[in-house]
Amino acid sequence: MSTLPVEIEELLNSALAAELTVLDAKGRPVTYPLIPLYDGEKIYMHSSVLFSRKLEHIKGNPRVSVTITDPIAARIEPFRRATIQGDARVIDDDLHHGWEEKVLPLWIEKEPIIKKLVKQRFAMPLFWERAVIEIVPRRAFLWREGRTDIDPEVFEPEKVA
Amino acid sequence: MAPSTVREEAILEDVQDFTHAILAFVDDEGYPLNVATSFETDPSSGAIRLKPPKVGPQPREGAEVNVTFSHIRPYPGVGYDQRRYVSLWGAVRRDGGWLVVMPERSHGWDEDRLHFFELCERSVPVGHEYMRKLSRERGEEVKPQLGLGWLIFLATRVPFLTATIVPILLGGMVARSHGVSNWWLWLLCLIGGAAIHLGLNVLNDVSDTTSGADQANVNPTMFSGGSRMIQYGLVSLNAMRVASFALYAIGIGIGLFLVATRGIELLWIGMAGVFLSVAYTAPPFRLVYRGLGEICVALGFGPIMVLGTYFVITQELAWEPFYASLPVAILIMLVLYVNQIPDRPSDARASKNTIVVRLSREKIIAGYDLSMIATYLLIAIGALTIMPAWTLLGLLTIPLALKVHKGLSSHYEHPYELMAAMGTNIMVHLATGLLLSVGYLIDIILT
Repeated sequence: MSTLPVEIEELLNSALAAELTVLDAKGRPVTYPLIPLYDGEKIYMHSSVLFSRKLEHIKGNPRVSVTITDPIAARIEPFRRATIQGDARVIDDDLHHGWEEKVLPLWIEKEPIIKKLVKQRFAMPLFWERAVIEIVPRRAFLWREGRTDIDPEVFEPEKVA
Repeated sequence: MAPSTVREEAILEDVQDFTHAILAFVDDEGYPLNVATSFETDPSSGAIRLKPPKVGPQPREGAEVNVTFSHIRPYPGVGYDQRRYVSLWGAVRRDGGWLVVMPERSHGWDEDRLHFFELCERSVPVGHEYMRKLSRERGEEVKPQLGLGWLIFLATRVPFLTATIVPILLGGMVARSHGVSNWWLWLLCLIGGAAIHLGLNVLNDVSDTTSGADQANVNPTMFSGGSRMIQYGLVSLNAMRVASFALYAIGIGIGLFLVATRGIELLWIGMAGVFLSVAYTAPPFRLVYRGLGEICVALGFGPIMVLGTYFVITQELAWEPFYASLPVAILIMLVLYVNQIPDRPSDARASKNTIVVRLSREKIIAGYDLSMIATYLLIAIGALTIMPAWTLLGLLTIPLALKVHKGLSSHYEHPYELMAAMGTNIMVHLATGLLLSVGYLIDIILT
């Protein structure tokens, strides 16, 4: 069930890059550029174990924020910007195959080369041991013209739901 | 943590070309909040100045904030490239209409400065640490997986078997041109030679892991830097030792059978081959660590295999198979020679003083050129004297060799760009060796 306004859903579906901010063990914000994936309800990101610090941070504190800001990486008309705060969980029960069902089709849609590369996973075995980051949106901010110097529209998906 | 490509001393230069910044801070409810904003750099103070975004809560004066700059270029139908980002941290203060952050620490990655493959390689310890933690949490070992077939294929480095197939085929062809053939014996030579070769590949990984050379190598390619099976946690060091021992046992067993059935002369050839194979990488000799690896490989995959196969089939020793093996010997030596170029920083750190570690770039390229000239001269002279004229076909690979020279000259310092030249160099050995065999085959058919 959709919990975000359509303008933000379109942005999530078109963006090749978003920035995920998590909190480290000392409560400090740390930001990672990642591909945002969206299934109509939750936001998904994913990470190789090679770059797993973010996963450990989320396990320590599930509060996260995702923002889509780059007009080059998100080709959408009219351009807009959004930030979504939410609660995340790391799904790493099966690093080898667990991520494929949920994430791979959405990933290939945005990065078609992955379809070919995943067949050659033997070439970089650790890169393909991956965990999924599942984010339940809690509050969203939308700047319709991409201008963050004006007040955003604020949505609270849980209340909408 | 993965390595950073941010230049701490020139951080303002590193960020000034980004289109916007992303300010991240902790809001009043304890959630991180990140939002895009415009920025400018202040070289006089070293600060970043951000326009306060309208997002409701604002960062507290003096609080540590995170400022990130990120860029990719979409590549339609493929994905994206030009990946780079800079993330910095510092206390925020208000100054007029600006939020001012003085960077105190930073992290980031620019794929133009650090190749993605190298980034992954340098991050392997992070991956292992994560899986170790998962193992502790679950009470069972969590490790990377790969199918058994792939494990065997990769750990033994099967594609390099061309180095064995070429000389053994040539030995069989020379024997056939002398009127003797026995393809069952030839097949036994191939299986025995392949077993020793694969055993050597695995032993080399064991040795380079024990010495630290493979761990120190952060630029492995599909042609260099070992199989990485041990470094990736896919196969244990002990399992590799056992596999190497088993492969040598198969090879030596076949060799002893052939000695018993074909003649004692083969024992000396076989013993020389096994000795060179083991001494190549294993202590106390470790010939590759002393700059003698090329000679070992040339002898083992040249005269020893060609002459050994010829003897098994004909039960005689002769000069022609020895001469025919020389171009193949030089070419396989050059495969090792070129493949070691990307490994030289890590080899040097592990005291693996190969020829390419010892000599300058100019001398190494000159050495390649001279070896190639010697190879083609040997083929031309041989075709006019001891070998069939049709072996001149071997000269057809000269354009490929020139391509390798060009690749070496252009990409000597760039491991991943050098991969194409390494692949072509392997093709030069394979194609030249096969063309020599084809030359013999045509001669056999015509006469």
